[in-house]
Amino acid sequence: MPETDQMILRVEDLAVHFPLGGGLLGGKRRTVHAVDGVDLHLRKGECLGLVGESGCGKSTLALSILGLQQPTRGRVLLDGVDIAAPGVDRKARARIVQMVFQDPYSSLNPRQTVRRTLEDPLRLHGITDKSEVDGRIEEMLRHVGLRPEQAARYPHEFSGGQRQRIGIARALILKPKIVVLDEPVSALDVSIRAQIINLLLELKETMELSYIMISHDLGVVEHMSDRVAVMYLGRIVETGDWHSIFTAPRHPYTRALIAAIPDPFGERPGVKISGELPNPLEPPSGCRFHPRCPEVRDICRKPPTPALGEIAPKHEVRCLRAAELV
Amino acid sequence: MSGEALLQVENLRLDLVVGSRRFGAVKDVSFSIGRGETFGLVGESGCGKSITALALIGLLRRPLAFGGGRILFKGREIQDLPGSEMRKLRGNAISMIFQEPMTALNPLSPVGRQIAEMFVLHKGATWHEAERKAVEALADVRVPAPDRRVKDYPHQLSGGMRQRVMIAIALACRPDLLLADEPTTALDVTVQAEILELIRDLSAAQGTAVLMISHDLGLIANMCARVGVMYAGRLVEERAAQEVFRAPSHPYTGGLVASLPLLGARASHGRSRLKEISGVVPAVTAFPEGCRFNPRCQARTDICIAEDPEETALPRGGRVRCHHHA
Amino acid sequence: MKLRANLVIGGALFATVVVAGALAPFLAHTDPVMDANLMNAEVAPGSEFWFGTDAQGRDIYSRVLYGARISLTVGIVSQLINTVIGVCLGLSAAYWGGWWDDFVNGLTNLMLAIPSLIFALAIMAILTPGLTSLLIALGLTNWSYTCRLSRASALSLKSQGYVQAAKVLGYGDIRIMLTQILPNILGPIIVIGTLGMGGAVLAEASLSFLGLGIRPPFPSWGSMLSDARDQITTAPWISIFPGLAIFMTVLGLNLLGDGLRDILDPQSRARTA
Repeated sequence: MPETDQMILRVEDLAVHFPLGGGLLGGKRRTVHAVDGVDLHLRKGECLGLVGESGCGKSTLALSILGLQQPTRGRVLLDGVDIAAPGVDRKARARIVQMVFQDPYSSLNPRQTVRRTLEDPLRLHGITDKSEVDGRIEEMLRHVGLRPEQAARYPHEFSGGQRQRIGIARALILKPKIVVLDEPVSALDVSIRAQIINLLLELKETMELSYIMISHDLGVVEHMSDRVAVMYLGRIVETGDWHSIFTAPRHPYTRALIAAIPDPFGERPGVKISGELPNPLEPPSGCRFHPRCPEVRDICRKPPTPALGEIAPKHEVRCLRAAELV
Repeated sequence: MSGEALLQVENLRLDLVVGSRRFGAVKDVSFSIGRGETFGLVGESGCGKSITALALIGLLRRPLAFGGGRILFKGREIQDLPGSEMRKLRGNAISMIFQEPMTALNPLSPVGRQIAEMFVLHKGATWHEAERKAVEALADVRVPAPDRRVKDYPHQLSGGMRQRVMIAIALACRPDLLLADEPTTALDVTVQAEILELIRDLSAAQGTAVLMISHDLGLIANMCARVGVMYAGRLVEERAAQEVFRAPSHPYTGGLVASLPLLGARASHGRSRLKEISGVVPAVTAFPEGCRFNPRCQARTDICIAEDPEETALPRGGRVRCHHHA
Repeated sequence: MKLRANLVIGGALFATVVVAGALAPFLAHTDPVMDANLMNAEVAPGSEFWFGTDAQGRDIYSRVLYGARISLTVGIVSQLINTVIGVCLGLSAAYWGGWWDDFVNGLTNLMLAIPSLIFALAIMAILTPGLTSLLIALGLTNWSYTCRLSRASALSLKSQGYVQAAKVLGYGDIRIMLTQILPNILGPIIVIGTLGMGGAVLAEASLSFLGLGIRPPFPSWGSMLSDARDQITTAPWISIFPGLAIFMTVLGLNLLGDGLRDILDPQSRARTA
């Protein structure tokens, strides 16, 4: 187990359930288990890649970590403080965890200059001295590769890549410890992505940040992550350091995800899975992946759901057949 | 160029008309697609790849306008065909699938009827006959329980299923050419893999040529034998797909390949800083003089600013448009 | 660039009314209330009395000028009250959702189900007629469209990244609504506010016409029309000029509203971009 003093974030048995139906006019009340018992930890200076397809719960999990989604069960400990508990100050949380959004167009207020976008949060958090505010803004803009004189401009005067830099500056202006990166480059032009990836990795070092990165681009995840967690239908199905996930994946779903990335040279062996995500209102019994799993056996269909088990140091897999599937 | 090309595009020019000014959104683009061949067009937003496809199918709308060149389909010039003639071709001999199937399908009509319509419209089938064929068409695109699914409305289907329906509609009349514009960008990776395989299998079985358009270089290289790389309205390089990755000739292609965090790269070579292409993708209204890539190019010399490079044939096949190509 | 005729004409009409009202003391020939002179009753328009005189011999030109003050005050102030109520309710309902949203929606539907003029009539019947009562009656009864519009616009912005970002940065709810959402929905609200102002001017005229608004002898266009009922065939100018003033003001405000919509509406802006 990692040392606790190195731990900057702990998620313990987190669950987020959304009730559906059952309004005033009756109807069967049902529940979507968007996140269903997730344990996670993040160490100082680490980048944790969160991988999975739409509906797997990775975004809901991220929102809970940011305090934007009240969990049904479980705790989120940021720097030892349970931020999911009611009554925890939004501002205190803001100084620990911040977010970089996917879409650089909708994530900036079109009616605020760059300066205003960076200045308001500082003032809100008690930094009101003019020279200090100016200094922090100028320093931040330089950090993200923008010129201080560009602060007077509005978002529409910038390109997509520059807007993403502004979004990063906004996330870092309060000097947070953790940054949630939600698909930070997928809305950008391909020739711009490398600039932002490099910038994020540099900032991680210079500002001593820890990242939780959500991405569906496994190439980006492999490049940036130290550890990876793969989610399927609200649960983590495999987690480990990046090397074991990408070179020796054990869960059939992880293998299928990697195999699904088109290989330009047509050499990567394919593990095909078929079918689509089951209705999250009626998750399959037993292992939730069994209807799509190429390695399915009868035991996989029977409850209970397999537990996350350690198959190698720091490499955990939620699969009954993990030991056989080498 | 071989005489048996299915589609031949010669010096295509498409203009963006703003008031009285015309900007060359696509300029001097030439390529050909043989019968049954899969050809890829790859490029970033605004490079002109999508409007090239729209021009091929006669769907250019203001502010875009045809500016010159020839489009030969089965040896016949189709760029000036009247609307009625083009409609006979469209959906019948040339058809198209789009990125977001939800916007391309009629939300108020069952999907079976939308497929059947193609048979009635183009093949003169009776509705009864056509609806039977629609079930077959859905089975062909591997939709489970097609006899029940034909009665579904688009919103009742998942994104992957909707894209299958789009493909069924597009391929209903066994077209000679299928234009696929980012057909899997909105889909999850495992679903993307299935859709790509479906397109590959069906086009091979029916002998349909495919023009595949994507921003994803890896996907294009994986799917296509030959690739055209577009940048700022020009076709800058046209090669065998895997050659583009192994030995890119144009500095833009080279920069793009080097900037990609390819899956498996870190595991085999370790993590190195990604190569960046500096600058931003230019807007259509502000394409640079001379070589359109020159402001971002590392190999730039005076001639690149002064002169627009001509196309050069490469000794090992393919073409490139660069003064200093590798 | 197409000349926005509606904006220019509407603006000019509205500006004329504003100037007329503002400069009434300088432009008017006589005092609109005091200078009654039965000797001059029902004089037709001419060089001495430009718009003629009414049954009490008051100069209609002067009364119409002063009437602009009342109409504009009622139009602007009551519409301002409506807008503030509508925006506060709509914005907060969209942002907070839940039972508050249900409540606001219910209230809005209730307001929409009752014809606002009848509602205002009922309020005026309880209150003593006068300017303040009129402002209250018209200011409380016409906010439902603004409320719906603000709610719908705010709902679509609520999930935008910059609103989320503000939450993550620790902004309070009120601050997010005022600094992040409101500035971005102001355009359509101004449009509907301008159109509503025209409605308020008409409503004032209607209420005063029915004797439930501004009481005689104070010159309101509606009460002038009301007074002119008996002379409509014998001395039509008594009703024509206040009627024309109402027509000009309301037409001007509607054209102005349409013109503003062309400028401020993001969809029409996207078309020209």
